[in-house]
Amino acid sequence: MTSFVKPKIHRLNEPTNALGKSRADYDGAMSTLCAGCGHDSVTAALARAFYELSSDPKDVVKVSGIGCSSKTTTYFLKDAHGANTVHGRMPSFATGAAAVNKHLTYVGVSGDGDSLSIGLGQMAHAIRRNVDMIYMLENNGVYGLTKGQFSASSDIGSKAKKGATNMLPPIDPAIMALSIGATFVARSFSGDKKQLVSLIKAGIAHRGFALIDVISPCVSFNDHKGSTKSYAHTYQYYHKAVHADYVPPSEEITAAYEEGESMPVELHDGGTILLRKLDADYDPTDRTAAMAKLMESQQTQEILTGLLYIDESRPAMAEHKKLPDTPLHSIPYETLNPGAEALRRIQEEFR
Amino acid sequence: MKATDTSNPDYFHKVVDCQWACPAHTPVPAYIRLIAQGRYGDAYLLNRDSNVFPGVLGRVCDRPCEPACRRTRVDGEPVAICRLKRVAADHREDIADRLPQKPEQTNGKRIALIGAGPASFTVANDLAPLGYECTIFEKLPEAGGLMRANIPAFRLPEKVLNEELQYILDMGVELKLNSPVSSMKTLLDEGWDAVFVGTGAPKGKDLHLPGREDADANIHIGIDWLESVAFEHIDKIGKNVLIIGVGNTAMDCCRTSLRLGAENVKVMARKPRNFFKASEWELEDAEEENIQIVVNHSPKAFVTENGKLVGMTFELMEYDIDDKGDITGQRTIGEETLPCDDVILAIGQENAFPWIEKDAGIEFGKWDVPIVDDETFESTRKGVFFGGDAAFGPKNIIWAVEHGHQAAISIHRYCQGRDLHNRAPREVELQSAKMGMFEWRYSNAYTAAERREMEHVALVDRFQRLNIEVELGFNAEQIAIEVQRCLNCDVQTVFEAPLCEECDACIDVCPVECLSITPAADSEAELRASLTQPEAPEDQSLYVSNPLPLTGRVMIKDENICLHCGLCAERCPTSAWDMKEGVIKIPHADDQMETVA
Repeated sequence: MTSFVKPKIHRLNEPTNALGKSRADYDGAMSTLCAGCGHDSVTAALARAFYELSSDPKDVVKVSGIGCSSKTTTYFLKDAHGANTVHGRMPSFATGAAAVNKHLTYVGVSGDGDSLSIGLGQMAHAIRRNVDMIYMLENNGVYGLTKGQFSASSDIGSKAKKGATNMLPPIDPAIMALSIGATFVARSFSGDKKQLVSLIKAGIAHRGFALIDVISPCVSFNDHKGSTKSYAHTYQYYHKAVHADYVPPSEEITAAYEEGESMPVELHDGGTILLRKLDADYDPTDRTAAMAKLMESQQTQEILTGLLYIDESRPAMAEHKKLPDTPLHSIPYETLNPGAEALRRIQEEFR
Repeated sequence: MKATDTSNPDYFHKVVDCQWACPAHTPVPAYIRLIAQGRYGDAYLLNRDSNVFPGVLGRVCDRPCEPACRRTRVDGEPVAICRLKRVAADHREDIADRLPQKPEQTNGKRIALIGAGPASFTVANDLAPLGYECTIFEKLPEAGGLMRANIPAFRLPEKVLNEELQYILDMGVELKLNSPVSSMKTLLDEGWDAVFVGTGAPKGKDLHLPGREDADANIHIGIDWLESVAFEHIDKIGKNVLIIGVGNTAMDCCRTSLRLGAENVKVMARKPRNFFKASEWELEDAEEENIQIVVNHSPKAFVTENGKLVGMTFELMEYDIDDKGDITGQRTIGEETLPCDDVILAIGQENAFPWIEKDAGIEFGKWDVPIVDDETFESTRKGVFFGGDAAFGPKNIIWAVEHGHQAAISIHRYCQGRDLHNRAPREVELQSAKMGMFEWRYSNAYTAAERREMEHVALVDRFQRLNIEVELGFNAEQIAIEVQRCLNCDVQTVFEAPLCEECDACIDVCPVECLSITPAADSEAELRASLTQPEAPEDQSLYVSNPLPLTGRVMIKDENICLHCGLCAERCPTSAWDMKEGVIKIPHADDQMETVA
């Protein structure tokens, strides 16, 4: 809480994007999360990414489940569509929404509780279907809203605020996603806005499901010594493996990279993701190697970040389900309901 | 680039744009907060510490604070600082017993002050309570200097001026009216402990063009004419009047003419509007009274018939103006003669010292202006000081006040036998504004309201008498809104790097994105490149922290766009950011001495 609502201030000579909107036009309501919560930084990164992409908020759909993370859809893009759904059921809601209108941009925001416990099955199947959405998993290792119990992403040996030690193995959302055919897997940290913003932009441009696992520390219940998801721990073990820059179709690629260091990935929207390998031997297009690297980093406690895996070749749900180009709301009633005679003819085929 | 040195008192002072721009460094946000609380007397006294004449300056100040106001960089319109100052003056309770008092005993030092204008009165205000016997010599029958003689009563009521001069006279200052000083040497022989010259710039410039002598009866020098009007030696003027020049004196001349019976008044400008010297608001006030301002007319000759002025001829000018707005070329494209009954010349003024003998030990430089030290205001003769327009030529009242403060410090040190240059330094005192969770002792919420407009007396009523004050002052509702427009720049954002855990909460909540955490860099230019708005006006600083504990990066804040809303400090989980009220201590004469006799 704050004493007053973050004001929307339009300053003289402030920067604007191609739509003439300022960064502040992409804000939402004032956050009611704890001061210092990593989720607020993810919110800010989303607002900035949509501003930089010059997205029109009315073409964006925000969906979330239940939890601290799921409150955050309120805090950006106040003019976008959105639904705060049932605990763990956001991926299904998003799948349905994406099925009826493939022209909108879908942003799911969830947390480690919502996605890796109650909603694990839901998330897994949205990944398998390659629903065209960006899925932000705000990962802090605890149930913050219920005062700090370990979540399914807590590392073995991580300590709770009152001293208990977690003994259960963690679910690594990135490894799990790779194992079931995810086409865009990234990891980042709420404290690295530069990386996060470029990953969000790349994820939005990607055709299909884009998972961004964001280490987003819980400042109230998991930011102490002994926690493996605190700010201090994350800054210490944070490692950038691959940097991804999204270059929109309208722009020329101007940055010069060393031979072998850069790797352009052509996208279906005509844009490009420019991958810059910070670890020379890391190949973000090799699923097996990426998984091996991630499992290795689990042992060393290293937090591997960046665009860890990308596959632009698999069709998204809309394509392999041959969904119509026209949104459901614009398909005439006569087409949706061709009448009793048409039904009779279809039934006839099955006799 | 090194971390910002906030122990330098100028650093936080500069952030308070209005106070930094004010020659007397009036603590504007602090007195606006007092007005917001209805503490008008306190606000008046706080003003008076710096600028001595809040009632006068709340009406006729040149307002260097307003163009500097941070608010202009947000919505284009500064806080109506000057009008709020008038609010404090108009609504104050009786504060006479809270002013510096006449000491029971003097210290025996006698100071002669020449000219009863704002500079001399400020010197007396600072020195009399310390025990000095101050005597002001004035050639006119009333005190006030240009505040009395040149500023018309419809802008500055006599009562307001008299009250504020009387406060100072009540401190035991002797005022000798109708007492021109005709010889500096004679005065010096009288054995004064120090002499202060505050005689202003009393000589209005003349315009020597063909016909000048013939038309003399109807050609007036602006400041002399205004003085004659003020002292009721002149009470009428012709129907058609031309004012030559377009500075603030010209504005006073044209509006005064209307009140003396002129029907058709034109202000003649040589150049286009962008080059006018008058303040924008004075131009607006004149135009509201249907004064016509004619541009690109360069005076050529006075036209007379039978030894009487009947018109004036002008060359019509055309200018080449480059992208920066500078004139790069000019030419004459024609000529025009305008009929008129009177011409008033308002083309500048200069200081003149016919009464200072060449061998008085006071050296004069180029243009016959005295050589004056710009820190101590001492002339080349020890113990003789200059201030106000007399020192460095025409400026304005608020500069005269500041000169007076500085000269008073010098006179005090001089009379105590101390070095004039080793003056008490400025200081800054910071105190947390935090009252509790999300509670601050200033109103930190941003108000989007636009600047309030000043109401004026209706045109049909205001010309009936010369002394009907045109501006009505703010009403209660206007005051309530205008005070909230102030951004409280003196409540400083202060950062403690060791406490920061780099959660970005401050960066994310900032409504104008003035914060960032970046790797340390060698130069300010490199750091600026990482900002969301890298461009900033020249004198706006970047606040750079020490290296942060977790990553060694640095926190930077762009002082240019910060709105002092305090959300960074509210959202900071470790209180690394705090809002601290900064009091800039500007030393005056009474702050100078370890011991005073």
